[in-house]
Amino acid sequence: MKQNKINRILNKIPLHAITIFIMIIWIVPTLGLLITSFRPVSLINTTGWWTFLSTDQEDTTLFTIENYVDALVGYRGTRTYLQDCESGDQPVSLNCDLSDLLNPRGMGRAFVNSLLVTIPSTIIPILFAAFAGYAFAWLDFKGRYFLFAILVGLQVVPLQMTLVPILRVYAKLGMNGTFWGVWLFHTGFGMPYAIYLLRNYLGSLPKDLFESAYLDGASHWSAFWKLAIPLSTPAIASLAIFQFLWVWNDLLVALVFLGGTKPVMTYQISNMVSSLGAGWHILTAAAFLSMLLPMIIFFALQRFFVRGMLAGAVKG
Amino acid sequence: MAKPKVSAVMKQGKLTPWLYLLPALIVMGFFIVYPMINTVSLSLKNKDGTASAATTCKEGEPCWGIFENYRYALTEELNTTTFETTWQSFWESSYGNTLKWIVFMVSGTVILGLLIAVLSDRVRYESLAKAIIFMPMAISFVGAGVIWKFIYDFGTSQVQIGLLNAIITGLGGKPISFLSTTTLNTFMLIFVGIWMWTGFCMTILSSALKAVPEELQEAARIDGANEFQIFFKIMMPIIMPTVVVVITTMVINVLKLFDIVYVMTGGNYNTEVIATRMYTEMYKNFQTGRGTAIAVVLILAIIPFIFMNIRRFMAQEAMR
Repeated sequence: MKQNKINRILNKIPLHAITIFIMIIWIVPTLGLLITSFRPVSLINTTGWWTFLSTDQEDTTLFTIENYVDALVGYRGTRTYLQDCESGDQPVSLNCDLSDLLNPRGMGRAFVNSLLVTIPSTIIPILFAAFAGYAFAWLDFKGRYFLFAILVGLQVVPLQMTLVPILRVYAKLGMNGTFWGVWLFHTGFGMPYAIYLLRNYLGSLPKDLFESAYLDGASHWSAFWKLAIPLSTPAIASLAIFQFLWVWNDLLVALVFLGGTKPVMTYQISNMVSSLGAGWHILTAAAFLSMLLPMIIFFALQRFFVRGMLAGAVKG
Repeated sequence: MAKPKVSAVMKQGKLTPWLYLLPALIVMGFFIVYPMINTVSLSLKNKDGTASAATTCKEGEPCWGIFENYRYALTEELNTTTFETTWQSFWESSYGNTLKWIVFMVSGTVILGLLIAVLSDRVRYESLAKAIIFMPMAISFVGAGVIWKFIYDFGTSQVQIGLLNAIITGLGGKPISFLSTTTLNTFMLIFVGIWMWTGFCMTILSSALKAVPEELQEAARIDGANEFQIFFKIMMPIIMPTVVVVITTMVINVLKLFDIVYVMTGGNYNTEVIATRMYTEMYKNFQTGRGTAIAVVLILAIIPFIFMNIRRFMAQEAMR
């Protein structure tokens, strides 16, 4: 009996070893970024982040939040923003007050821009898709099945296909560099997957529910707002998370349609990477700032995220 | 073709469905359908879409007439002097790189995803393990690019602040410049892709595995099958359709992949893939005709998957 138990534990060792090994590989890179973002510049460039606990650096402070301050205000000098402000020789673009948070080169402004891009780009497609999903699920019309099959195919159209033509139309309409341009673009591209998901969910609701509402005198319009929308909250939640993360993390669309006129976080970071204007200390802090909101959403709402994915996530 | 009927009780006006569909149809028509058609026509024109692509041909050089941009898109990166140089230049071209991405990233994510799904099913910290593997899905390619650029960092001085080179020098090796060494760099980028997308494969495969009836496995165990036999002879055949779906989804994702390469190497040092090459032609060289021709090549590669998607959908509908 006892022998058996020891054997069982021994048999499980490789299982745990492999699992934990993979977990470590997956978590270490992000951990390294997080730790680095809190270390002072001088230490980042002379020692590896994994030495952060070693005690031979007593004369300098081991951790600082100055990287985050520098990243938020877009400071690119050789010292730190706080030092510069104290001695009063900050760059001309900075005022050393709260208005610096909106400096166009900083992550603070980019955070606001990212929100301004993402929130409408999440709400509008879901609203449009809910209308269409309702029609596909509960209304009868010619070509219903055919149209929906096309829609399934459109899910995988690569975004790159559409950039040039849209850019040309936008140029004529003066919509390049405007929020409207990006909102509508994300709406168009979010549509096929959103309709697909909502139609399948709405179609799985019991028929009697809609029929009895109809017999009680409800119109399709009120059935849509009073029944379909409230009942599909779980599907809408999944969809909202997906679309939010998709738009928040997008670089290509922001790069092409907004560029430097209204820099979002991904744009700002990719610029820092290529232009060498910022060292690792600012880059790591900026990257972590951009990951903060997605991480919170992910850990708080993982359930909905997974559900949306299982419902078939193939997206341009 | 099974056509699910809607309720006969719920009467509707003739126009009603179209009013519900209108906003969606307009935005999809404008942002997806119209650009596809327009892209095809632009790909047959010169760099700013003012004249036929045939006018860009030069005397004494190969020319495909109106398909000149396609000649550029398909053959420009190739060096066809001998068979050897042809192969070599293809292997390092954007097409060769995209092929590497497809083969290694898809197999990597699917195999690792499956492995983790199976392993985590047998440990008590399953949800923690899964959350950790899944987390990179939530962050942007740009964020991931920064994270991994730091891991791959190559120091010219004695100190290595990049983890990987620190390990290599710690073991007595010479530090490697991972991102500028051709061929190796593409594989280093592919690993970043695997890191990001394994969670996706794991989640879907894990839910398929959990749907396999417990009794089947028990019965096999009683008949003396070991864990490996149970996995390959019982589980695998049952989850095979899901594996196929995951593979096709991943192939599509990889074909469209842009951000990782753009952020980490900018397509330099022979890391270009189809999507970044298209971006370079369009926004750095301002060659709209060539850029759109590459985009058309990309959609041609994806068309088979569009049909697979539709067929799968029709099969699902038939079962409803």
